[in-house]
Formats: sequence, C-alpha cells, structure tokens
Amino acid sequence: MSDPKAPAVECGVPHIGETIQLAHGGGGRRMRQLIEQLIRPALGRSLEAAPWVKDTRHDSGALDIDTGKLALTSDSYVVSPLFFPGGDIGRLAVCGTLNDLAMAGARPRALTLSLILEEGLPLETLRRVLDSAGTAAQTAGVPIVSGDTKVVERGKADGLFINTSGVGERSDQWIHPSSIQPGDVVMLLGDVGRHGVAILCARQTLHLESPVESDCRSLWPDVEALLAANVELHCLRDCTRGGLASACLELAGECGLSFCLEETSIPVTPAVRSAAELLGLDPLYIACEGACLVVVPAAAAAAAQGVLGDALTHIGSVSRASTEGAERPGEVSVKSPYGSSRLLTLLSGEQLPRIC
Amino acid sequence: MKFLAEFRDPERVRHCVAELRRVTTRRWTVMEICGGQTHAIVRHGLDQLLPPGIKLVHGPGCPVCVTPIEEIDQAIAVSLLPGVALCSFGDMLRVPGTSSDLLQARAAGADVRVVYSPLDAVELAIQEPDRDVVFFAVGFETTAPASAAAIERATQLGLRNFSVLSSHVRVPPAMEAILTSDECEIDGFLAAGHVCSVMGSAEYQPLCERYQVPIVITGFEPLDILQGLLACVEQLEARAATGAPVRVENQYTRAVRESGNVHAQSLVSRVFREAPRNWRGLGNIEGSGLELREDYAQLDAKRRPALEVRTADLPHGKELASPCIAGRVLRGLARPADCPCFASECTPESPLGAPMVSSEGACAAYFQHRARSSHGAE
Repeated sequence: MSDPKAPAVECGVPHIGETIQLAHGGGGRRMRQLIEQLIRPALGRSLEAAPWVKDTRHDSGALDIDTGKLALTSDSYVVSPLFFPGGDIGRLAVCGTLNDLAMAGARPRALTLSLILEEGLPLETLRRVLDSAGTAAQTAGVPIVSGDTKVVERGKADGLFINTSGVGERSDQWIHPSSIQPGDVVMLLGDVGRHGVAILCARQTLHLESPVESDCRSLWPDVEALLAANVELHCLRDCTRGGLASACLELAGECGLSFCLEETSIPVTPAVRSAAELLGLDPLYIACEGACLVVVPAAAAAAAQGVLGDALTHIGSVSRASTEGAERPGEVSVKSPYGSSRLLTLLSGEQLPRIC
Repeated sequence: MKFLAEFRDPERVRHCVAELRRVTTRRWTVMEICGGQTHAIVRHGLDQLLPPGIKLVHGPGCPVCVTPIEEIDQAIAVSLLPGVALCSFGDMLRVPGTSSDLLQARAAGADVRVVYSPLDAVELAIQEPDRDVVFFAVGFETTAPASAAAIERATQLGLRNFSVLSSHVRVPPAMEAILTSDECEIDGFLAAGHVCSVMGSAEYQPLCERYQVPIVITGFEPLDILQGLLACVEQLEARAATGAPVRVENQYTRAVRESGNVHAQSLVSRVFREAPRNWRGLGNIEGSGLELREDYAQLDAKRRPALEVRTADLPHGKELASPCIAGRVLRGLARPADCPCFASECTPESPLGAPMVSSEGACAAYFQHRARSSHGAE
C-alpha cells in the first residue's frame, strides 16, 4: 500500500486536463495508475487498524473472521450534488452501508467500494470524494478491502456514482421487524429531515438564515453501545428516503402491527422546520442519513435512554392491530397536540429524486 | 417560525375549541372555500375537534380541480401543434381530460414544460425564439396578477412567440352559484385568505348582504381556521337568537386589508375582463372567468390563428361514465370518502377525478391523511 500522505496525483497519472478519460476504465496502464496513485492511497487508510484483513491485492479481499453469523448488504449512491453541507457522496456511500449493517445489529467488518465515473470528471473531484470516503471508513474502523472502477462516456453518468457493499458480524439478538411486539416503545435516535433539507438547499441554492447540514454519519457506535449494555433491541431502521414516516410504515407493514406516534415528541430542529414550511414539505417525510428508529420492549426503554441520553427520543408505541378494529395492521397514526389524529401514507412518487 | 407557532399553539387551539363548544346550540353547515384550508383541516384533524352540531364542507377552491374538461382538451390539442411549447404549473399535467392528459401528450412527443411562475414562461419565449410558447394560465385571483404581469412584460418586450391560454377564475361568482343552487345547505363561509390578500374583503360585502350569510376570511393555520369558524358560528347564533345582521369579518388581519393589494388589482383589470366560465362540478357561471382584453388580443392563445385547434382534433363525446363523484365533492355535497372509487380505483397515482390530482384537492387531502388499509391504500 502506498503512503497515504503522498501526493495523490503525480507523474504517470494522466495530466490531460486532469480529468477522467475513458482509458481510466480500460483495464490498462491508466487504470492501474489511477488505482495505485489515487484510489488506494485515499481508501487504504481504512486498512490501518483492521488486522482481520489478510489481503486486498487479489480479485477479492480476504478476511479472517471467526463467526457464523454474517450480515451482507449493498447500496448505490447517486446523490446530486456530489458535495453538500455536512457531507458528500463519498462519506454518504460509506456511512449509508455501515448503517444498513448496524440496523441488522451487525458489527461492520469490511466494505467494498465501486466507482462508475463519467469521462471528463475532474480528478480533483474524485480525489476529494475518495479522501472523504477513506476518512469515514477509517474513523469507523472499517476497512475498504475491494472495489471496481468503470468509466462511461461523457453524458452517460452525472459525474460519478458509487456502490458500496458491506459485511458484518451479527449480534446474538435477532434485530428484525418480526421481533416487534405489541406494547413495544418506538424511539428515534437523532432528529428528522436534516439530510433532505441540506440537499435541497444545496441544489436550489436557497440561502437560509441558519444553514442546515446533513446528519450523514455512522450509526454503528450508538448501536454498539446499546448492544454492549445488553439492551434488548427488537428492531432498528434508518430513516433514509421517505423519512421517518416511510420507515415507520415499512416496519408496521412488515410486522403486521400498528404504530402510534406523538407529533410533538418527534424532534425537528427549528431550521429544518422553517425550511420545510417554506418548501411545503412535511418534515416526517424528509430524508435523514443519521437518524434511526429504535424499537424496544417497554421495559428496555429506560436502559436504552440511559445509554444514548438525549439523542434518543420516545416518539410512540406499537399496538396490536386487527382488520376490524380502530388500529389496522400496517397503519401508522400520528396524534396532533390538539387531540386529533391523522394517518400516514406512503408518498406518491418521490419527494426528491437523487437524495442519496 | 415564531410567527407560525403562535397559530399552532395547542393551548390556544384547545381554548378556541372549548369556546366553539360553548357557543354552538344548533346545527350549522360551514363551507371553507379554499383547498389550502381543506388541507389544513384534514392534516391537523380539526374536524375531529368540533362540536357535533358543526359540519364543515369543502368548497371548490382548487383551481386545478375546477378547470373544465374542454379547457384541458384544448390545452392538450394546442400542445400537440408543431412548434408549440406549452407551459403550466406541475399539477395541471396530470389532470385528466376527455381521453388523455398533458403528461400523456408529452410522452406522445408534445413539448410540455412545468414552470413555477408565468414569468418563467416569458423567459422561455426569450430564450427559445423559435418555439411558440403558450402559457396555460390557471388559478384564482391569487395567481391572476402574475399572469397579467407576464402578459404586460411580453407586450413591453414585443414578444411574438408568447401567448396565454387563460383559464383564470374568480371566487365570488362561484360562491354565489353555490348559494343559489337548490341543493345549498350552507349557513356560512370561511373565505380564502390568500385570494383576499389580493382582492381585499370589500368584495364579499354584497354577497353577505344579499344572501344573509356570514363570511369570515381566514388564514391557513389551525388557530386561523378555528378562530374563523368561531366568529362565523357566533354570528349565526346571534342571528338566530336576536336577528342580528351578519357581516364580513376578517380573521386573517396579518395578511388581508379591506382594500386588498390595489396594485395587483389594477394589473389584473388592465389585462383581463370578466367573462362567463364553465367550472368542473359547478357548470357555467356568469362573470366567473377572466379573459384577455382587446388590447392584448394578440397574446390570447384562443384568438391566435396559428394556435387554432380544429374541432376534429378535439375529443368528441362526454367524459367516460365513471362512478367518480368529484362534481358533488366540489359542490360540497359529498365527502371524498363517500366515493366508491376513493383510494381503490382512484389514487394520486391514477386519479379518476381532478380533486385527487391537485395538492389542493379535497380527495388528495383525505387520501394523504385519512386513507385506511380498508380503502385499499398501501
């Protein structure tokens, strides 16, 4: 592995306008130079504290992990713009996949990162994205052990797309929608809507008095703390596209129970609330990248709160549902502060395309 | 958002609801005119808080919903003419015409574009001089000034490739049509704050006097609507008890003045004149539409020879027979959930009626905040 502190672009890496050329994906010398001089230095830092990585130089990364319980996930990132307040596509691609593992209660052990690059992409842009991805992985202590690079003609991709896959070791708890029980408590880690508003502001160049930054971050440290304290967890779900509302609807649908939320207890920052008001969006539907639902038995709620403190908010509960009763399977109701209630429904179409 | 928090304050809302319960002694039916009010009522569940005697019915105040089918058909036919770029607000693209909608026209090759302001359409005409840009103008008195501004600007610039297909409508004639209908059971109105911020409150005085119906102008937050409703019910109760005269009241004082926005009004009256207009669900209403004055005839898409649509190019026959009850919903005679198609055959993804399309439509409001699994919603 090259020295990560060495200049990323040096002699040998194409200087023609310092942009991505089709040859960078051709499998020849250019591609090798790109990998060795830009990609490996940027991402290789994530390997430093991962002794379970045996090798990264072959067609697959080789891992020595002694476990029978794995979690495996994959996600693609097409966010526009590539850089936004609070993050960028590189950080998002690492944190998003770490979060998918964390939601299964799995300790992330390794990631892969694959690039689809558009001809003409400035190398400097690629370097910034990869540096950010490498730093995010290094901070999380998760090695990026393999990847792929493809280049497509100008106009066939919007700058760059990233796919990451991740493998993790599951805990002994079965953290899954099927574990949700009537009487469970629904808690939210984080607050809603920051990622979506940050993207929208970056895209529309809206200038808010108090700028909103994306909440893009790895949720694993918080999940790890809950597991380490032996808090009984029934289910976790990150609130990404479609926001808190869609995450609740998915879980309620998958477990066949109904969720009831208290609108006033759902944390929304004043800046997100104002921006959502201005844009005519319901904060409950706006994407997050650092917030998740934590569903626990009522008896475990205090313990979870004890571990995560104010970052965790009790927002509702799970009820038994019947097709005839007041609460139907898969339904999510929200109580207003006035004593009335409404039902949440899945969005028609997409609120915002290319949010992650 | 201190400004809004005040009008969402749970304590004040509870107090207002308690007052409503205290003053209500009879059954009253009140219509909120505007789709924005309807959405606030359904979103915040305000109807669930009312005393049993008070019934809220939803009015026709969604411009997308009331645009008649023949105007949609004409817009589709114009969009399919060679060289035309038809612009409108996003919601209009999905409103069903007789046999198609503007989205389908676009898929078939028409140049149909979404704009956020009529002035964007003028800008498009400047940028693309080889396109014949037609702005399909819909909306109440709130959006008419922007259309008028676009028409004046295009005139000043001498743009020859810009015209307007005007489908603008006025609220007071529609209120009168509802009041004179045999089916009318409305005791009072909550008038739309945004329209009144342009037109003022004075316009409603004659209606109020002629039909002895209280009209209260409200904003769009929970407390706005409940305070407006309380004022309306207090007037009705006082009239019933002592014969006190009813009047026009302004709850939305932070936005509405009696005279309205005089500048916007004069802009509209310079460019447009009143004309009869057909409303979906309500039929033809005298003086309820706005058409371009003679001075601006060249910018009137309906009077431009190049944009003339042959009758043969318009779909024939009536709307397909459908159990959709949008017409009754728009007249306040039925609620969205009364419709056999609601949230089953008719959803925002495949709407049968216009009120399911628009973000201001009553059916869309109920779908978004009330649709249950038993209605076939996901």
